[in-house]
Amino acid sequence: MLAEYFPILVFAGLAVGVGTFLIVAGRLLGPHRPDSEKNSAYECGFEAFEDARMKFDVRYYLVAILFILFDLEIAFLFPWAISLGVIGAVGFWAMMLFLLLLLVGFIYEWRKGALQWE
Amino acid sequence: MVDAATATLAGWFEPLLGAYASWLAILMVTVAQIVALVLPLLITMALLTYAERRVIGAIQLRIGPNRVGPQGLFQPIADVLKLLLKEIIVPADASRLLFYVAPVISLFAALIAWAVIPFSPGVVLADVNAGLLFVLAATSLGVYGVIIAGWASNSKYALLGCMRSAAQIVSYEIAMGFALVTVLMVSGSLNLSDIVEGQRGTSFLSWYFVPLLPMFLVYFISGVAETNRSPFDVAEGESEIVAGFHVEYSGIAFAVFFVAEYVNMILIAALTATMFLGGWLPPFDFAPFTWLPGIFWLFFKIAFILFVFLWFRATFPRYRYDQIMRLGWKVFIPLTIVWLVIVGLWQLSPLWLWGK
Repeated sequence: MLAEYFPILVFAGLAVGVGTFLIVAGRLLGPHRPDSEKNSAYECGFEAFEDARMKFDVRYYLVAILFILFDLEIAFLFPWAISLGVIGAVGFWAMMLFLLLLLVGFIYEWRKGALQWE
Repeated sequence: MVDAATATLAGWFEPLLGAYASWLAILMVTVAQIVALVLPLLITMALLTYAERRVIGAIQLRIGPNRVGPQGLFQPIADVLKLLLKEIIVPADASRLLFYVAPVISLFAALIAWAVIPFSPGVVLADVNAGLLFVLAATSLGVYGVIIAGWASNSKYALLGCMRSAAQIVSYEIAMGFALVTVLMVSGSLNLSDIVEGQRGTSFLSWYFVPLLPMFLVYFISGVAETNRSPFDVAEGESEIVAGFHVEYSGIAFAVFFVAEYVNMILIAALTATMFLGGWLPPFDFAPFTWLPGIFWLFFKIAFILFVFLWFRATFPRYRYDQIMRLGWKVFIPLTIVWLVIVGLWQLSPLWLWGK
């Protein structure tokens, strides 16, 4: 069964290879004449006066956490969705309970304004 | 045919390598198959950039590129050559290694999912039984390229762009995931070939986009948002943050991101066609529609969806960022969850149309 995944492994190697090849080719074929003006970060005309890795909005962080929760939920839903015909009503309501628990958290986030971008 | 080629090759290498001959033969045939997949894909991608400029030109009553080759058909080749010969500028404060790695990751994530896309019965690189799970995993990887590019550039615009872009991709991925779950409930299989065969019927009314119409629309619109395409392209909103996460990229390093974006577009189109529009199945299951090989029907469907991508770009004004996040979190996710419950109840009821 694992033999079916062998082409994916080879493909992964080749896919990395295509990108690497293009970058290396660009590096070799293109000119390379650095100077301090050209190499400074883009900043709409003025000098870059501080490090760009600054503080960012906490909502990006909240979105990332919510994403992990929901993506895990989707991972749990996959086997459930396939076997729903077999597990029947008990399986269905068990998953509904699980969904409900997540939804309570989701509604809480919503009411707290974590999804509010203005 | 594949097995025969493998056996022939193994026969040739037998005297040289002995027991390793069959391994080498399998590897060579696999590589040949991958090249046969990736090469047309990259050509399609190149032609898509050309088609985009021509189609949008036509919609806006302009001509578009028409100088290089007949009707400007060689424009993408000229673009690639130009970008190859340009300097790759690495900003002084950037993390050099990550700066080079980011576009490679983007392209890798865009290409790898193609391994499980079936083109016609049996014509698939890896016919794995967990195909859809693999697709979900592979498309999730794309966000790493974006984040790493924005971080490695060490530029404010790049960082802001990558944050926006990542939050947007991640938000719409949830809606896409839920839409996939409803497809799974109807098809009862994770294998993409089985999903296509499950849609076989007398006409296009048996394709999954009919019973799952809201999910089809959610999936496609999320796909547009996921690839950062207009009207959801705030990540590279020129008027606000110049070009988003790839401001600092030039030359072929930029082109690799560009290729990744367009390959992703074609991937979303292929997945939409496979899961909702019957893949390689003809719209009516009788002659003359069955005369055309299935792979062409798949190509027509992909081409049509790609045309819709371009049409969107020419028609709709750009969304505001808060509107994008509201649509993703407050409309699509609740809608998909409700539809999931509806499909579940439907499956338990005697009205269920598909096998259990």
